[in-house]
Amino acid sequence: MFKRLFSLEWKSFFRSASVGRSLGLKILMGFLGLYFTTAFLFFGIGLYPLIVEYFPGEEPLFLVNRFVLVWLILELAYRFLLQNLPIMDIKPLMLLPIKKRKVVDFVLLKSLYSFFNFLPLLIIIPFGVYNIYKQTFNTEVIIAWMIAMIGLTLSINYANFLIKKTFTDNIKALIPVVGGIAVIGILDYFKIFESSVWFGKGLNEILNYPLLAIIPVLLFIVFYIWNQKDLENKFYLDSTLKEEVKDANTKEFLWTKRFGDLAPYLQQDLKLIWRNKRPKTTIYLSILFLAYGLIFYPNETYQDMPAFFVFVGIFITGIFMINFGQFIPAWDSGYFPLIMVQNIPLKQYLTAKAGLITFSVVVLAMLSTPYLYFGWKILLMNMVCAVYNIGINIPIILYAGSFNRKRIDLDKSPFMNYQGIGAAQWIVGLPLLLIPVLIFWGFYKIISFESGITVLFVMGIVGLFFRNRAISFIAQRYKRQKYAMIEGFKQSGE
Amino acid sequence: MITATNLTKVYNKTTVLNIEHLDIPTGQSMGLVGNNGAGKTTFFSMLLDLIQPTTGNIFNNDITVSQNEEWKSFTSSFIDESFLIGYLTPEEYFYFIGDLRKQNKADVDALLQNFEDFFHDEIIGKRKYLRDLSKGNQKKVRIVAALIGNPKVIILDEPFANLDPTTQIRLKKIIKDLTAQKETTILISSHDLIHITEVCERIVVLDKGDMVKDILTSPATLDELETYFSRDLRLNQ
Repeated sequence: MFKRLFSLEWKSFFRSASVGRSLGLKILMGFLGLYFTTAFLFFGIGLYPLIVEYFPGEEPLFLVNRFVLVWLILELAYRFLLQNLPIMDIKPLMLLPIKKRKVVDFVLLKSLYSFFNFLPLLIIIPFGVYNIYKQTFNTEVIIAWMIAMIGLTLSINYANFLIKKTFTDNIKALIPVVGGIAVIGILDYFKIFESSVWFGKGLNEILNYPLLAIIPVLLFIVFYIWNQKDLENKFYLDSTLKEEVKDANTKEFLWTKRFGDLAPYLQQDLKLIWRNKRPKTTIYLSILFLAYGLIFYPNETYQDMPAFFVFVGIFITGIFMINFGQFIPAWDSGYFPLIMVQNIPLKQYLTAKAGLITFSVVVLAMLSTPYLYFGWKILLMNMVCAVYNIGINIPIILYAGSFNRKRIDLDKSPFMNYQGIGAAQWIVGLPLLLIPVLIFWGFYKIISFESGITVLFVMGIVGLFFRNRAISFIAQRYKRQKYAMIEGFKQSGE
Repeated sequence: MITATNLTKVYNKTTVLNIEHLDIPTGQSMGLVGNNGAGKTTFFSMLLDLIQPTTGNIFNNDITVSQNEEWKSFTSSFIDESFLIGYLTPEEYFYFIGDLRKQNKADVDALLQNFEDFFHDEIIGKRKYLRDLSKGNQKKVRIVAALIGNPKVIILDEPFANLDPTTQIRLKKIIKDLTAQKETTILISSHDLIHITEVCERIVVLDKGDMVKDILTSPATLDELETYFSRDLRLNQ
């Protein structure tokens, strides 16, 4: 049965209208994957000798154990941002004689083959083998330790799914998780209660009593079953049936009226974002990533590398642009033929989208002004990045939209309505981020900081100046691609 | 009003539609019938510039539909589910379509008044999103939306399918009222021969992409069509 489900997945990938784009992304991700594989493998092999060299007198395994908790939290964070939830189009399977449990298990087991589960192994196994080779402890003891570590990573794998799902359902549910982690982190940092040390001591106990390795494995099983139950409960076309159908939110966004001809489209887009889960997450993400600068600005290492700050500036002010913009016009895929036969000139349609994104860039730029705290240079850079985003990046992302062939189902049942946050999404954003960084870096190195900033600013203004023409050009391209888009958006499923 | 010349559509070397010449004068109501795969939806999709013809052209009020978008302002249509925006309430949807067709709220409200009994008090003012309505009610919304803004051309693909009997009868009345004024050109496809002969002045039969019959409706038309569509059955007997 699993074999058949697997072949279904395979066909859905290769027979979809967006196979070219997906394949390109997969190849790019393959290279990145190769890079990380090598990096992790070298780190895994080198970990033992490195510790011996830099921390003489420390038992490497104990030292590593002390940092496991920190690592697990980091792992949770990057999985949250990069790992896609396992999804599958269950609707055609619902009426067939296949047990729910089978499909759910397939989906969950499939996720075990994720690259993100493979990475930690590259550290755990070489490090464990090195320990066995050095005979620091008994071989069985180290094997028990490795099993425990693998159990922990897999627990994170499944815990992430639960967290990510709650996040998409309800942003407020995330607050206790983030708050809890923050409290643990702060207590640890000020050495009030060092959870990471205690966690490490717990792991050390496995070396005394190898049978304790069963605990992380049990934890993994608990998370697995939790996921299983959760998915089985959602194995319905419409699991909202359990809840009362809520009163429709009939907010009118009347203030958009002042935009004249564009008003109906803007209203439409705001309703789209406000009333559907997936586009709504782009808003939450934008706000979340406003804090991104805090990682870079206070850090000494980056002070001499203003090119990094361009990256951060483009990212902070353009995060909504990247996440929302790259799925234009797929957001409207459910009713794309309607848009095509109604009296909607494509140029106006695109102008409205550009307007919405411009608005988001302006708002995010304003929200980022408190970074003035880190110096006027940073504020200036963020503003210039915002102008660059508006002038150059918005037309680029709209142009890229004409390659979209993949349908987004806004009304999908909650079982699989978690497409969205994944590695591919960030990769599409890379050119938008890297081009301005390279331009700035070039001018900064050859001439000066001021010249780099000026060039970005002038580019943005020129782009704004020619926006009308750029959009006309893009509209032409949409017109030519329209038939292929209609065809692609008609296909449902992944 | 609508003219198709040398129109063909070929998919993988199979011709799915081949109309040498079809002319629909202003104000006519034309019914399109044919078995599955006859090319009805293909024809409508080409008329709405949703797919490109392999050869030939369609003119809507002398505008070549694939080259100029002017026809959109006076043509309205109803094809399949992909014509509904699920996250809007019915009112919002009507106003949105109205906005696009240069109708203000009052105009739309006035039009909706006429359909009060058609909606059967299940659609307006219920504070529900379209995605939460039943399939039949969604269909009613799509039909009425196609009538907003006094379109000169209306295209309805299988409007009778999946409607309850009361609504079918009401819909027939709506279409008849529209055709009586002789101003709106209406194109309807249907599998229901009784309904279609009742509301259309002219019936075109498609078979595997070819136009096999083109008749002006008369009391004998229904019989003629029934005989035509049961020909295979008789051959076997």
